[in-house]
Amino acid sequence: MSERLTVFKTYKLFVGGKFPRSESGRVYEVTDSKGNWLANAPLSSRKDARDAVVAARKAVGGWSGATAYNRGQVLYRVAEMLEGRRDQFVAEVADAEGLSKVKAAAQVDAAIDRWVWYAGWTDKIGQITGSTNPVAGPFFNVSATEPTGVVAVLAPQESTFLGLVSVIAPAIATGNTVVVVASEKAPLPALSLGEVLATSDVPGGVVNVLSGRTAEIAPSLAAHQDVNAIDLAGADAGFAKELEIAAADNLKRVLRPRATDWSADPGTDRMTAFLETRTVWHPTGSLGAGGSSY
Amino acid sequence: MSFTYAPALESRSVVDIASSYGLFIDGEFTEATGGKVFKTVSPSSEEVLSEVAHGSAEDVDRAVKAARKAFEKWSALPGAERAKYLFRIARIIQERSRELAVLETLDNGKPIKETRDADLPLVAAHFFYYAGWADKLDHAGYGANPRPLGVAGQVIPWNFPLLMLAWKIAPALATGNTVVLKPAETTPLSALFFADICRQAGLPKGVVNIVTGDGTTGAALVAHEGVNKVAFTGSTAVGKAIARTVAGSDKKLTLELGGKGANIVFDDAPIDQAVEGIVQGIFFNQGQVCCAGSRLLVQESIQDELLDSLKRRLSTLRLGDPLDKNTDIGAINSAEQLARITELADSGEAEGAERWAPACELPENGYWFAPTLFTNVTQAHRIAREEIFGPVLSVLSFRTPGEAVAKANNSQYGLSAGIWTEKGSRMLAVASKLRAGVVWANTFNKFDPTSPFGGFKESGFGREGGRHGLEAYLDV
Amino acid sequence: MPTTVPAHGNDAAGRLTELADVTASDSALRRFLHGLPGVDAVGLEARAASLGTRSIKTTAKAYAIDLAISMIDLTTLEGADTPGKVRALAAKAVNPDPTDRTTPRTAAVCVYPDMVATAKAALTGTDVKVASVATAFPAGRAALPVKLADTRDAIAAGADEIDMVIDRGAFLAGRYMDVFEEIRAVKTECGDKARLKVIFETGELSTYDNIRRASWIGMLAGADFIKTSTGKVAVNATPSNTLLMLEAVRDFRALTGVQIGVKPAGGIRTTKDAIKFLVLVNETVGEDWLDNHWFRFGASSLLNDLLMQRQKLSTGRYSGPDYVTVD
Repeated sequence: MSERLTVFKTYKLFVGGKFPRSESGRVYEVTDSKGNWLANAPLSSRKDARDAVVAARKAVGGWSGATAYNRGQVLYRVAEMLEGRRDQFVAEVADAEGLSKVKAAAQVDAAIDRWVWYAGWTDKIGQITGSTNPVAGPFFNVSATEPTGVVAVLAPQESTFLGLVSVIAPAIATGNTVVVVASEKAPLPALSLGEVLATSDVPGGVVNVLSGRTAEIAPSLAAHQDVNAIDLAGADAGFAKELEIAAADNLKRVLRPRATDWSADPGTDRMTAFLETRTVWHPTGSLGAGGSSY
Repeated sequence: MSFTYAPALESRSVVDIASSYGLFIDGEFTEATGGKVFKTVSPSSEEVLSEVAHGSAEDVDRAVKAARKAFEKWSALPGAERAKYLFRIARIIQERSRELAVLETLDNGKPIKETRDADLPLVAAHFFYYAGWADKLDHAGYGANPRPLGVAGQVIPWNFPLLMLAWKIAPALATGNTVVLKPAETTPLSALFFADICRQAGLPKGVVNIVTGDGTTGAALVAHEGVNKVAFTGSTAVGKAIARTVAGSDKKLTLELGGKGANIVFDDAPIDQAVEGIVQGIFFNQGQVCCAGSRLLVQESIQDELLDSLKRRLSTLRLGDPLDKNTDIGAINSAEQLARITELADSGEAEGAERWAPACELPENGYWFAPTLFTNVTQAHRIAREEIFGPVLSVLSFRTPGEAVAKANNSQYGLSAGIWTEKGSRMLAVASKLRAGVVWANTFNKFDPTSPFGGFKESGFGREGGRHGLEAYLDV
Repeated sequence: MPTTVPAHGNDAAGRLTELADVTASDSALRRFLHGLPGVDAVGLEARAASLGTRSIKTTAKAYAIDLAISMIDLTTLEGADTPGKVRALAAKAVNPDPTDRTTPRTAAVCVYPDMVATAKAALTGTDVKVASVATAFPAGRAALPVKLADTRDAIAAGADEIDMVIDRGAFLAGRYMDVFEEIRAVKTECGDKARLKVIFETGELSTYDNIRRASWIGMLAGADFIKTSTGKVAVNATPSNTLLMLEAVRDFRALTGVQIGVKPAGGIRTTKDAIKFLVLVNETVGEDWLDNHWFRFGASSLLNDLLMQRQKLSTGRYSGPDYVTVD
């Protein structure tokens, strides 16, 4: 009996909740750590990046306006969906990062747990970042945080799934939408994540995944006037500097790259990096003067 | 016979301005390398107040080195000891507040009423507030034993010289950083007096260094390799340049930049208080306020009534000698700023907006601009988009809350906004949609050390004030 | 803006009929009053406080002191009032500072109805008016016929001005029309014989929104003056409630052309306080109201402080209580 010929998957971008090919029609070869061909991934162009920003911007109102409870439910749903496709991601991560199945499984499990961690944060982060402020006057004064808006994310180049989830989840947990540029040499886990997100109640446009040459896509995202922030996790120091300079054109919030152990407790930094504090004042006044003394 | 207020001048004799000042580096006043100096003038009279050292890149280097040297001991001090230095400073500011108010009025041109009742009380309060944090940082929500960054390079503007100094220096010192501060070119004096307060407080030398100069001095400071933290308040253009300068470095950056605040008045507003709020919003400090309510968005159904009230109110504003206790509108800070305001106001007329100002006699000497409002302004006009930084109000109208929010947010800036309505749910709904760091509802231009301040979008990032303000100076 | 007429002039009644639909029914009046812009208490108080920081010195202070003296309704409203006390007060009103004949007279003396005749006699031949409280002052808790009789008696005894109290109970119960009708009835009783001041007892109305509504009821009903307080409750005239009432008369004149006076009463004891109120007048309604025909202080001890300050200005020395009269 001859071995069954497997069906290959065509990997596509994930933009605005849909799975387009690159508008450029280009692909590039993705191999495993030993150089074996795995798939052809879309080679995104600057126009793909532009389309992704448009989709992300369009999604900001609905996603940031959703209740924090709802966002938590959606993020938890992502974990549920991933759990069901755990084997697929273990295989993809093993190929992508050259890991044993056991080590790859540890990465995937940690990534699933990370979604759960951030699912629980959505309705709590505001309580630790906000405050009521005891101003010296008859005013009620409250500070609350708001999502920054559209965040461009350069995903870590090495940690193709746990690292990826660790940069996407905190940004969207608080109500931002993201355009993420996948690990350049190992984009397949990221592109597959798009398929999970599409079936996890994440509204279209909240997460947009691009694959291709980081050096080609990132500069246009960094310079884009309708992108509010950029996470440079996947850029090396020299490139990060260049992007940070471009990001200054509209004063994007910039999260600089730094050595990160993606398996460690992530803390709240990646959430607070893309939050804005708004402080509202309102007079309190008094109950009024009064009373008769006769 | 009418009730004419006789001149009520605050005495100048309370302040003694030296004919020249050096840089304050490592606890001593020193001349600038090369001996370069510049003059600082009183904007209301163009009188030269003093000659001030012009710090060079070498001077900045000396100052940063002094701050670095001081950092070791200062950051190792128990928080409670740092706190006591800051409490001392707060108290000395209170003691010397009249002197400092007069000084600030002379150097800046703003009315004594404001320096006396707003600037100086807020300066003292800011030091008092952050003093208390110095030994409580473990409880601030940034983890146990949060560490300072090192040397903070701080560049401040001329509109609230001493208050911006307080906003920068108080949290920096409380968290254990040392400071090199560059005051604005046109208003260096209060920072130099602050150096003397540091001396009186016994602050260790090198903890606070003041380097006066111009934009080149500030540029040298933010670019200096020994600086770990850059904090800037000023224009968005300079803020962007600084962001480019520090790109790729480890320097932590906070920017508090320009604004074009929308002050939204609904038809159910408390009208008399709204009129006061509009006046406070755009004419406080001659409108030279980054968070000024420079765009009035008024619901069309009450526009005429509101404008009548507003014009009547503007006619009672008293413009003149800033040292007169009854002066509401003082001088514009510099000839350069006056030229910019004039140019933008002229563009308003050229683009078809209707200009109005109350009958108002401007003094012959000094830099003056009458309180002005423009009607028939649209979102497309330059005076609706660009920050004027002067006593010029652009009036636009709207029909629905949704339109008000859309117009308010239609700006590159996102620093402040105002909402006037007696309906609580509308206030909360609108506030939650405004992309602005500070929203004043039924009030405007209120400040407090406990209240975080800072912008969305191109108005900058980071917060000053409150618990939030600590983050900018901690390695977290 | 319509041309200005005083509330007690012949034209005013006609002007008010233009607003007749507002007072046509209880519900119309309620709708109108509740449609007035709200008052933000913090903002109002901040504005009043800010005007309180005006520095009034030298010539301006001299002007303000004389103006304030001329605006005083020199008041005694005690259970212990006697003809002797009232005559002494009248003498002081006419000649406040025996050492300086250039001192202006006060605007009026203000007494209970049974003292009007005494006061009138003591003031004959002067331009100092006799004001009488009426309508079961200060609580106003009496039947309308009693209140009207009270008013009638005071006028018959020679009162030039009647200071009535509104029915705060009716106001707080939401019976605005009753309050309105009662003021109208008292106004009718006053006719062209006496100017009517309507006291709201702002301390009992408690909120600024209430004070604004009461002001409009009073103005619509034909008040010549609106007045803060009786002086008999814990909170009387304040810069804030007076500022609010000045805004009301300003807006009423802008709407109807009818000019109405304002009288803060109770708790104004020092020159410094009085000058703050004059600044409020100057910067809210302007010089049209800077005259004792349109602005009064209901006060007693204020006069001596003004006189001491006046002496200080003219001599350069600080005065003392032994250099002014105790009446």
